[in-house]
Parts: sequence; structure tokens; C-alpha cells
Amino acid sequence: MEICRHGDALEIFDLDPFLAELLRQIPASANPEGTPAAEQRLFSPPADASEKEMRAEWKLYVEPELRRLFRSATETVAADLAQLNGKEKTFANCTLRIPKEHADAWLSALNQARLAIAAKYDFTDGELGDHYRSPIGSRRDLSLFQVNFYGFLQEFILQELEVR
Amino acid sequence: MSRRPHCEGVAIARSEQAVSSLRVLDETATPPTVENPAIEKETRGKEELDVPWQVVVHNDPVNLMTYVTMVFQRVFGYPREKAERHMLEVHHKGRSILWSGLRERAELYVQQLHGYLLLATIEKIG
Repeated sequence: MEICRHGDALEIFDLDPFLAELLRQIPASANPEGTPAAEQRLFSPPADASEKEMRAEWKLYVEPELRRLFRSATETVAADLAQLNGKEKTFANCTLRIPKEHADAWLSALNQARLAIAAKYDFTDGELGDHYRSPIGSRRDLSLFQVNFYGFLQEFILQELEVR
Repeated sequence: MSRRPHCEGVAIARSEQAVSSLRVLDETATPPTVENPAIEKETRGKEELDVPWQVVVHNDPVNLMTYVTMVFQRVFGYPREKAERHMLEVHHKGRSILWSGLRERAELYVQQLHGYLLLATIEKIG
């Protein structure tokens, strides 16, 4: 897999079917529904428990806005990922083009997914720093690989935003 | 085919009627008075408004250091060096105070930080 800037877009090319599948899983992984730990991390309280009124107002007015914001980012990413559709069975390497104006949506969706997965598996600091673990061992190892792979993409997008 | 234009016509007619009746009111009637006006009480006391608040960002092992730095630059407009200093403080000490001042502004900052998925809270100073 290689990533480079091509005109006004980022291009991930020579993307093998395994990594393409991990990318396809971003929107689903970012969805915290059904995982209380992920829900709690993505929608953390704005103040400590003594600020009951503030927390109640936040839940009522701010949280729905945050949900809309996060959903909008994952929808943008899902639309970009449609480029990979139909290539599931060919096992050929493919290319994904991310338009420059979608960079923020990608940063958000990748972050949502990383935080939701990490909360679900309750990874330790040591595990999160282990970038060499094989994804083959278990579902947990695969999820750790997913978190690190998404982090790598985030780093690249950030680097590109800085260059611009 | 569509019934929509008809509905719009009715709506326009109604609004014109409403505007003309408002004009009639305006020209003929004296301004309405209320004998016992209900005065809404302040929900936040003066003391509470005067208390300074601070925006605190807490460490989490997942958010990337470069990402957190970028968020501080974007939200607070800090130069890169200052944003990095705060990011490192969060990383090493577990938390950093990013801003302090009036409650409403602090709430707005916390909302923006949550939009970037950082662990941020608002705290009363003192």
C-alpha cells in the first residue's frame, strides 16, 4: 500500500484486499451503538458529577449536535469508500481517492472508530504502543491492528494538512 | 400534477391577510399593556457569573499527539509551540488547563473540543 498526494486529493493505491476491507469497516466501527463503553467515550460528560444541571443540559442540547456532527463525517467517509465497492471478489489491489475537502471528515471518522474500538476492547497503554503485533492471533489482535492502521492514516492526513 | 403550488397560493393569501390585519391594528389600536407583567428570574446568580471557569483537557491513550496539537491550534488559535506544550502537559501530567474565563465561553470551547473527540471538561476555579 502506498499513499501520496495527487493534485487536490490524497490517494491510497496498491491497496490489498485485507486493508481495503479494514477501510470499509470504518463507518461500522465508528458506530458506538450497543457498546456502552464506546458510547461513554464518544459522548463523555462536560463536567464532573457535581455539575448535575450542566450535564443534563449538555445531554439535551449538545449531545444531539455532536451525534449529527459525527454522523455527517462517517457518511462522507462511507461515500468515499463506495469507490471500493464491487472489488471485494477480485482480490486485486485497488486505489482510493480522498478529496482534500474531505480530510476533516476522515480525521473525525478515523478518530471515532479508533476510540470506539479501543473502548470496546479496553486496550492497555502497552497494547496501544505495540505496533508490531500480528493481526492474525485473535479478534482482539485484529482490532488492535485496526486501531493502529487507522492511526497511521490519521498521521498521514495530518501531515498533508500541515504541508498545505 | 403537483398540489404544492395551490397550497403555496393559500399560504401567501393568508399571510397577506395577516399582514393587512396587523396594519389595521397598528393604525387604530393603542399599544397593549400588561397589568401584572411576569418577570423572569435570573437562573444564574451574579456571584456564579463572576466565578472564573477553566477548560481542562484530560489524557487519553488513543488520541494522537499530532492530532491533539492540531486541535489546540484550531480551537484556541494557539501557535504551534504553545499547543505542543499543552499537549505534552496532557500527556505527561494527565491534564492541562487550556483556557480560563467566563463560563459561556468556556462551555463553547468544551463543546468544540468534544466535537474533536478530546476528553475535555469545564471546572470552576477555586
